[in-house]
Amino acid sequence: MAVRVQQEDFDIGAEIAAFRRADPGIGAIASFIGLVRDVNDGQAVAGMTLEHYPGMTEKALAGIVAEAKGRWDIVDALVIHRVGELKPLDQIVLVVVTGAHRGAAFAACEFIMDYLKTQAPFWKKEQTAQGARWVEARASDDQAAGRWSEPQAK
Amino acid sequence: MSIRILYFARLREDMGIAGEMFELPGETCNVNSLRAQLVARGGASATALGSGKAVRVSVNQDLARDDTPVKAGDEVAFFPPVTGG
Repeated sequence: MAVRVQQEDFDIGAEIAAFRRADPGIGAIASFIGLVRDVNDGQAVAGMTLEHYPGMTEKALAGIVAEAKGRWDIVDALVIHRVGELKPLDQIVLVVVTGAHRGAAFAACEFIMDYLKTQAPFWKKEQTAQGARWVEARASDDQAAGRWSEPQAK
Repeated sequence: MSIRILYFARLREDMGIAGEMFELPGETCNVNSLRAQLVARGGASATALGSGKAVRVSVNQDLARDDTPVKAGDEVAFFPPVTGG
């Protein structure tokens, strides 16, 4: 398991290559990359600042990954989340899940993102032409996380 | 007893501070009663933490509920619903 919170950008190819460690038991890798958009709630976004709670963030992400490993038959999972100043087009978050087969890898990857969205202590503040504003949490994110509370088939 | 309190994001701005030490009477309480005592101070505390505000709480870096116990030396954080990812 690996969890990193960092200001620097990440290289997807290098991260995946390092994470799979030439393990021939891995038959599937599912990944998700979250990006900064230039519009949100109908307003142009010039950039954003990502704040987090050092210590709790790493603990929460490690807990989410551990939960995914308990629910699905996967080999491992990697989460990298950036903080600080970000601009449209920038990468924000990377989730990589390795497994023997794709089904568990896809499901665990989606689960990790849904839980990260609702449980990991990150907050976005956007810069718009009307000034800076804190991004409001979305009910759709709670609904996305809530669907995993049903028992899942492995 | 002494509790270490942290504020993040909009709550940090509304409170005007990133954290504080808070003295509570007694040896134990819970999240709900701690929040009520902070709100009772009035001013920025009442505005930022009052009922009707969407506030999430953690105790020792785990997400907490209203009835989660709080004891001396704990680290309690108040923050808005999270928006990462």
